[in-house]
Amino acid sequence: MPASPSPHLPDHPAHLWRNPDPKPAYDVVIIGGGGHGLATAYYLAKNHGITNVAVLERGWLAGGNMARNTAIIRSNYLWDESAAIYEHSLKLWEKLPDELDYDVLFSQRGVMNLAHSLGDIREGRRRVSANRLNGVDAEWLELDEINRLCPIINLSPESRYPVLGATFQPRGGIAKHDLVAWAYARAADALGVDLIQGCEVIGIDVVDGRATGVRTSRGPIAAGRVGIVAAGHASIVAAMAGVALPLQSHPLQALVTELLEPIHPTVVMSNAVHVYVSQAHKGELVMGAGIDSYNSYAQRGSFHIIEHQLAAALELFPMFARAHVLRTWAGIVDVSPDASPIIGATPVENLFVNCGWGTGGFKATPGSGWVMAATLAAGSLHELARPYAFERFTTGALIDEHGAAAVAH
Amino acid sequence: MALGRHTARWASGSALMLLIPCPWCGPRAEIEFRYGGQAGVAYPADPDALDDEAWARYVFFRDNPKGQFAERWVHAAGCRRWFDATRDTVTHEFLEPAGTEEPVP
Repeated sequence: MPASPSPHLPDHPAHLWRNPDPKPAYDVVIIGGGGHGLATAYYLAKNHGITNVAVLERGWLAGGNMARNTAIIRSNYLWDESAAIYEHSLKLWEKLPDELDYDVLFSQRGVMNLAHSLGDIREGRRRVSANRLNGVDAEWLELDEINRLCPIINLSPESRYPVLGATFQPRGGIAKHDLVAWAYARAADALGVDLIQGCEVIGIDVVDGRATGVRTSRGPIAAGRVGIVAAGHASIVAAMAGVALPLQSHPLQALVTELLEPIHPTVVMSNAVHVYVSQAHKGELVMGAGIDSYNSYAQRGSFHIIEHQLAAALELFPMFARAHVLRTWAGIVDVSPDASPIIGATPVENLFVNCGWGTGGFKATPGSGWVMAATLAAGSLHELARPYAFERFTTGALIDEHGAAAVAH
Repeated sequence: MALGRHTARWASGSALMLLIPCPWCGPRAEIEFRYGGQAGVAYPADPDALDDEAWARYVFFRDNPKGQFAERWVHAAGCRRWFDATRDTVTHEFLEPAGTEEPVP
């Protein structure tokens, strides 16, 4: 076995977990080996002692949206239900490297949301107050404070959409998404979870209204409970059991520039000009914005979306004009009507979903796995997940983060 | 040379942006359009008869197929008319020319 290229780099992922063949039956089968699926498996084993678990992944572990996000972590959501689950997630992030004994390069460099209008200011100040009431760290920044924290932002009153202030969550930040997935995978594997790659689910067996197992490209697998954690493909997988989900799948694009010296010390988001920018540990500027308008499963989007987000980035950071775009890509995100996740039981007994995280799933990885594991273990919804059940679309108790959160989240 | 490649990429429908067949104006760039989601979702014929569950279905649930999808577009920066089109959500190809008849909303 060749040694790592450098003692400072983590092990190659292929050495971090076994690659077992599927067993004929498991207590719990999780469909989807992305961040949320891996976290779910880990917490099932760790928190609930349920280790006879398989994670089934059509491709390779964490090769979908877990490999395609912009790695931003924050919990400064407006509504109580959102603040609760995202703050729970952030608290888990804060101890994750120790708990998983793996450096995921979690960096609490702060997340700044810029205000460009009187409406933005009112919304931002309201959000700061709401966050504080929910125990989420939040500050309102005037221009001099923005300049101190991130000197490269263009604060000129002459710009097309002048910056007027910002909210700031100091505990927000970024992590290295691949390392997060590998850390969860290694830990789940060590606790006995089977991570099965190259195993596509092609059917869900339902007998008398109860899920009994799945059919896969590697044969049938019986299951006590089945969890669908398939992000952009949640609709497709759920339909195998006759379950309709109120989701629309869209491309969400992002880009990176070439590697640059450290110049951008925090994470900056702007809803009004619509871009979010951070600088990865390695040095590339990472940018994202909104979804492409149309439904798609193609993992690519239209170029004008990239053009718009770059235009927004240059408005805020004129110095980025010389940076070259190295790579653009898209993931397929499952957007729910209120931009909040859907967690819980389905009309099919023993079949559970965790989907609809849309454009904001990465930051929720630990919290999402935590509540999904608890839900699968108990067969009923974890307290933090209760507001996210299907029923809200019938009762009207939506958690409307489309209007309330950062647009891009 | 560069122009030829550019044109070819447009024609393939797989790069830059969608080339959307407006039934009145012909194929035009995606930036001229707004998206309207699933086609053929009619307002309930007898709204008073719907219970909450049926309203939820109407308001929040739409098809989300991987493959052919009948959807609505409006040529917002062109003729400003709505139309239905069928597109493949994996290849992004429009499968058939849209008709000019007044579609179901």
